[in-house]
Amino acid sequence: MIIHHPLLGPRDAAEFYVLGDAALIDRPDGQAEDAAERFYGYLYLRDNPAGEHRELWYHEQGDRSWLVVTRDTLTHEIKKVELARDVALQKGRGQ
Amino acid sequence: MTQVFRIEGGLINRAKPLSFQFNGRAMQGYEGDTLASALLANGQRLVGRSFKYHRPRGIFTAGSEEPNALVQLREGAFQEPNTRATVAELFDGLTARSQNHRGSLEFDLMAVNDLLSPFLTAGFYYKTFMWPKAFWETLYEPVIRAAAGLGRLSMEEDPDKYDKGFLHCDLLVIGAGPAGLSAALLAGRSGARVILADEDFRMGGRLNAETLAIGDQTGADWAASTVAELAAMANVSLMPRTTVYGAYDHGIYGALERRTDHLAHSNGKPRQVLWRIYSKRTVLCAGATERPIAFGNNDRPGVMLAGAVRAYVNRYGAAPGKRVAVFTNNDDGWRTAHDLAAKGIAVAAVIDVREKAGVTAPNGVESFLGCRVVDIKGRKGIKSVILSNGQAILTDCLAVSGGWNPNVHLTCHQRGKPVWREELNAFVPGRDLPVGMVVAGAAKGEMTLGAALKDGADQAAEVLTALGRSVPAGDRPTAEDEPSTGTAFWYVKESSKRAWLDLQNDVTVKDVKLSQQEGFRSVEHLKRYTTLGMATDQGKTANIPALAVMADCTGKTIPETGTTIFRPPYTPVPIGALGGRARGRNFRPTRLTTSHQWAQDQGAVFVEVGPWLRAQWYPKEGETHWRDSVDREVKGTRRSVGICDVTTLGKIDVQGRDAAEFLNRVYANGFAKLAVGRVRYGLMLREDGMVMDDGTTARLGECHYVMTTTTANAVNVFRHLEFCRQCLWPGMDVHIISATEQFAQYAVAGPNARNVLQKIVDPEFDLSNEGFPFMACGEVTVCGGTQARLFRISFSGELAYEVAVPARYGDAMIRALMQAGAEYDAVPYGTEALSVMRIEKGHPVGNELTGQTTARDLGMARMVSKKKDCIGNVLSERDGLNDEDGLALVGFKPVDRSRSLKAGAHFVAKGKPVTTENDEGWMSSVAYSPELGHAIGLGFIRRGAERHGEIVVAADLLRGELTEVEITSAHFIDPEGERLRG
Repeated sequence: MIIHHPLLGPRDAAEFYVLGDAALIDRPDGQAEDAAERFYGYLYLRDNPAGEHRELWYHEQGDRSWLVVTRDTLTHEIKKVELARDVALQKGRGQ
Repeated sequence: MTQVFRIEGGLINRAKPLSFQFNGRAMQGYEGDTLASALLANGQRLVGRSFKYHRPRGIFTAGSEEPNALVQLREGAFQEPNTRATVAELFDGLTARSQNHRGSLEFDLMAVNDLLSPFLTAGFYYKTFMWPKAFWETLYEPVIRAAAGLGRLSMEEDPDKYDKGFLHCDLLVIGAGPAGLSAALLAGRSGARVILADEDFRMGGRLNAETLAIGDQTGADWAASTVAELAAMANVSLMPRTTVYGAYDHGIYGALERRTDHLAHSNGKPRQVLWRIYSKRTVLCAGATERPIAFGNNDRPGVMLAGAVRAYVNRYGAAPGKRVAVFTNNDDGWRTAHDLAAKGIAVAAVIDVREKAGVTAPNGVESFLGCRVVDIKGRKGIKSVILSNGQAILTDCLAVSGGWNPNVHLTCHQRGKPVWREELNAFVPGRDLPVGMVVAGAAKGEMTLGAALKDGADQAAEVLTALGRSVPAGDRPTAEDEPSTGTAFWYVKESSKRAWLDLQNDVTVKDVKLSQQEGFRSVEHLKRYTTLGMATDQGKTANIPALAVMADCTGKTIPETGTTIFRPPYTPVPIGALGGRARGRNFRPTRLTTSHQWAQDQGAVFVEVGPWLRAQWYPKEGETHWRDSVDREVKGTRRSVGICDVTTLGKIDVQGRDAAEFLNRVYANGFAKLAVGRVRYGLMLREDGMVMDDGTTARLGECHYVMTTTTANAVNVFRHLEFCRQCLWPGMDVHIISATEQFAQYAVAGPNARNVLQKIVDPEFDLSNEGFPFMACGEVTVCGGTQARLFRISFSGELAYEVAVPARYGDAMIRALMQAGAEYDAVPYGTEALSVMRIEKGHPVGNELTGQTTARDLGMARMVSKKKDCIGNVLSERDGLNDEDGLALVGFKPVDRSRSLKAGAHFVAKGKPVTTENDEGWMSSVAYSPELGHAIGLGFIRRGAERHGEIVVAADLLRGELTEVEITSAHFIDPEGERLRG
């Protein structure tokens, strides 16, 4: 596969490490009342869609950017690639 | 034997005769021959024995689809089994042997299997060898393996080299037949970067095998001049002898280039190169494969595809027989008769299953319309063929044509499904093609020469437009369309003899019918039950006729019956090519520390730790066992001073205004209040509460930390920190970089550690216990001004320091330290002594940090802060991980102090049977403690913290040892830590 890195252009998938569902960005607040329940959902419950899937890829053999790759799991078509940092900031994650 | 079957003409170089051997017999051929064409020229028809029945077999095709003519090529370690003689280029001195017979090829003792054929039908193994169960491994399997099978491996290491490489292009053209050459020519003239790959050593595809004309040139001449024009273009790379074997995601193709297979010796050059080709667009011009018609004894040597007969006659100047008959269901067969006649070869008859054909036979050749071949007489070669009208025709070669199948293989590699074209009686590529691929020529169903030439250029033009390039004007090659009508006819029903579908796996029409009767309705099941299409040729000539037989049985159409999907590789790819250079020592890069040479000079024994080589121990003269060395290193360190290379531990530089808070979140224990100039042990959890790694982190400045990780986890920890930084807390001002390779680092441990270091560290730095206490750190200079970092940390439990210098000074540093330590008898120590000392101190390492252990298991529950939000602390509180009956890390001593301990032993209570139910934990690390004079161990056992003093049994069932052990503290030596604070 070829992943179009937003900063570095087209790169071979072999340069990347793939972690899985981009929902891992949405780490719950560890100090919340129901933290245990929320962490359970965060860590163990995943969708497994046949089709569009947002995934975390890490450019380990490159610039070390974590990327959010929107990929069709049926065709491997990649529809969108974003810097995970930008995605996280858009989601309101900060410090 | 001379080349009695050699005829005039062809594309061979008669100025270059080549000698070769087949089964020890010397033969001659010419440059431009394949092994198959040379064998035919020498009159060698019988070339092998079949897989299951050991039937005599000959050459069946003239290309990579060959199911029969598999031979062992070359000798000794270079020996290669299952080489298709039809694609093996002849070279001087080539040696080949036939396969799969006991005794000689002519008198194979295993041919008795053919007489047993009534018992060896589809599903034979499944039905016969069911019981007794024990017989399978001891009797059935060895016998079957000895009897069946193909060539033999040399059992020696492959002495050849293989390489891998990457190529990029605008347009990849797969196949250099008429469509491919036409496409490449147009694209090449446009200036686009073109790669033209073809599996043959001579480009031109069927043009080289036919007598069809392009303009006023012969097809072969046109191909040669076109290839010459392409070769002169700087933007075109020609890759003959290159099979594009797989279509992968996003325009990536796998290709195998045979670089020196056609030479007697590779002379150190790679034999094959595995290419990964990145293409913007691809035109697949893979052509078509002729299919046979099944009839009685249609596997006899001398039965050959009609197109292959034309190839041998026209391209190679080799006659497959003296008197050839043709059996066909289409016009191609008639053309075969004409080509043979033109070469002066007698044509015995043309037999067409159709009542009417639009073409005529050559003068004086008898033709049989509406007739079929039902049987063949002759065992090791054809003597005559028997027709459906009862007539016998004397012949020594039968050219068979059942029509052509477009080579749709690569269009299926991304789940594309071929579709049936009724007028062609064949599957053509479906709509769902791999991204960027178009198909042209016969591969798409454009079966005639004129159509293929036009389609190649048309498809290329479309692709060029899509790439934003202008399409070059000028003449495009044209040709007449040859007659190409045919009918659907798959097998001769009135044949009473066995009729073969899959020649390589010995599957007959009867086998397919039988499996259908037994309920195997899906094609995929049929394949697996009969093994049809599952041989090394993947059923290129077998699949469609078998599908037709199956359709016939069920009364369905062929498309209703289904088609099988093709997967990579198109033709076999050697494992050696897939491995490339990455084998043996070169399997992965080896990382060496900068003082590696010094350690080597000391005679160190090395061990792989992750990608690194580390000194394991340093044997001295007279030491006969590794324990001698290790005990000496431990004693020397504990008594005076030892020095250890700890460069390989991961070092991560952490900087930024939020560095402190960042560390506080990634470590389970508190880091917010670590003072500048101090070091702290850190325990890192995964989000699920399991321990990920541990190490020390030093605060060198207000916003500057250096973290260490275990050697093996350095990469994982770094990746995890980047994840936390970018994905979880993107607003934090923190930056990290790996500094593992930038610093060489040495541990100096033992009561005299300070004395040694005082000679190294420049005098303005105070190393006294007050000035630089336990867990202090700082930037210093050494050896008269060299920048260094000093950490007062201890893994051995002794007074100890670690000194880090820029990596380039590693060699000088170890020599300086050893020199400074000489007056204290300083010993270098390796990873074994390091391990002994850490076990004596109860420090966990990889053996204990298995990814399934919690802080609680390690006795570090109190370190996990509940006041802050850090990775892993929420889920570490789950009930299941806090079971009162849970495991705890403790120490173990053998009750009989003379006994050794074994890592991996499991604990059971004294007197209880050693069963899984009674399992209470396991021993994770063991060592002989020179200080204590007996074996010690670390391990996990239920409620271990409360059980000090209790005696349990350590059961090592693998080695059959039961040892009584006493549970103790994990801190065997200096439990109060007085030494390291001294």
